[in-house]
Amino acid sequence: MSLEVKNLTKIYGNQKALDNISFKVNRGEIVGFLGPNGAGKSSTMKIATGYLPPTSGQVLVNGYDVAEQPMKVKQITGYLPEHNPLYLDLYVREYLSFIGGLYGLSKTALKHRVEEMIELCGLTQEQNKTIDALSKGYRQRVGLAQALIHDPQVLILDEPTSGLDPNQLVEIRKLIKAVSRNKTVIFSTHIMQEVQALCDRVVVINKGEIVADDSLDNLLRQQGKMATIVVEFEGNVTREQLKALEGVEDAFVVEGFKFRVHAKEGIDLRPEIFRFAADNKLSLVGLKQEESSLENVFQGLTTGNVPS
Amino acid sequence: MLQVLTKEFSSFLNSLVAYVVIGVFLVGMGLLVWVFPDTSVLDYGFADMETLFSLGPYVFIFLIPAITMRSFAEEWKSGTMELLFTKPLRDWDIILGKFLAGFFLVLFALVPTFIYYYSLYTLGNPVGNLDTPGIIGSYIGLILLAATFCSVGIFSSCITPNQIVAFIVASFLCFLLFSGFDSVSLISFWSANSLLVKQLGILYHYESMSRGQIDTRDVIYFLSIIFLMLSITKLILGTRQW
Repeated sequence: MSLEVKNLTKIYGNQKALDNISFKVNRGEIVGFLGPNGAGKSSTMKIATGYLPPTSGQVLVNGYDVAEQPMKVKQITGYLPEHNPLYLDLYVREYLSFIGGLYGLSKTALKHRVEEMIELCGLTQEQNKTIDALSKGYRQRVGLAQALIHDPQVLILDEPTSGLDPNQLVEIRKLIKAVSRNKTVIFSTHIMQEVQALCDRVVVINKGEIVADDSLDNLLRQQGKMATIVVEFEGNVTREQLKALEGVEDAFVVEGFKFRVHAKEGIDLRPEIFRFAADNKLSLVGLKQEESSLENVFQGLTTGNVPS
Repeated sequence: MLQVLTKEFSSFLNSLVAYVVIGVFLVGMGLLVWVFPDTSVLDYGFADMETLFSLGPYVFIFLIPAITMRSFAEEWKSGTMELLFTKPLRDWDIILGKFLAGFFLVLFALVPTFIYYYSLYTLGNPVGNLDTPGIIGSYIGLILLAATFCSVGIFSSCITPNQIVAFIVASFLCFLLFSGFDSVSLISFWSANSLLVKQLGILYHYESMSRGQIDTRDVIYFLSIIFLMLSITKLILGTRQW
């Protein structure tokens, strides 16, 4: 067991950021931590790294309680905070040596690790610049390099890919994937492709509660059972009319006479809707079966109903 | 602690801060001690370093807060505090590292003034006619005073993410500690206890040391102010855990 969150609750003033959440991340697993803005992702990570105290509950990192043995936990954890704070006036190499020194790496080991990190994170060309002079993508790499410098067993990354261009995204993902062997990795994001590309498992959190904790395939399959059809009419149709059709689970108005219709399990609604249009002498402007994507799963889980 | 100290000190050296502080201090003191007729030793006619020790603290009131204002304020602002807090560092490591870095920088500024001593030593008539114990005592007093101001500066920097606020608060507190208590003791309201009020201020202890006698009470006074200031800083850093 590598990272275990047990009944964690965090209250800021009178706002409940985390409500009794529990989950586990095993060794060698990459877990994506998903949720809309303000769902409590960062709070969870800040508590897990010992930056913030929990209101109640505990976090165990490799069996060490964060509240009781913070130094031990910090020693084996690599953390990339949200917004990636850096000392802009330091040189890349200087910064990495400083952080490595904080973890108590010996002089020779430190030198060796800094070289290794610079190479691993693709900073070779930028290694002699101050962090000030680096672009956002490179700064992110420096942030990642500092989280990895002491070869941590647990890696906690808070939105490691925010604000990167598509090429950088791919490279950073590759990097995370490459270093994650034999480590426990948890990272937060709201980019779905990222989860698809990286994760073994996802934990979805919404309004401080965990709404899903499952493998990616399972989540997709669950949502996939419910086929969704987007249909648009020219004339006057009400939501009730559509709901009355056979095989329709539910229907929602998208805009005007455009509807999103959910079918009951295993039913193809398209012929039924076509017949309905013909019977009522309505012009059918659009009829499309929607692929079940991770975005839909995410929206379905975090908004309580289905995307519009 | 050592890593924080080294990093802080090298960022003084890498930025202009160190050179400006040392430069301004030495140019200012040099002008006051050797050039300006009002305060110049040469015009005064006595082989005495009193000017350095009486005006030094006033220069420090502005200079030391300028050194320390950045230490925590900048980290709060840029979010790097989170970085430090999630590394295996105790709060004391961070505080002492920053405090000592500022203190060492001030020491660096003070070291060249030993030349003043040598100059006066040679200029004396007869050569060497100088109150050496008094000067040693004064140096120790000035160094302790600088350390105290550094601790005040660290504390002020910790309470705000705004460097200007940190600077002004630190300057004001230094001034208050240095000569404020002395002035306040003159108010007739507590004339019965005026000595007690006076003893709360730095000036009383500083003057006592400049007479060349190192009284443990004075040393303990300085050390306890430093300890108090750094402890409050520790307390403030600890509030994140509340």
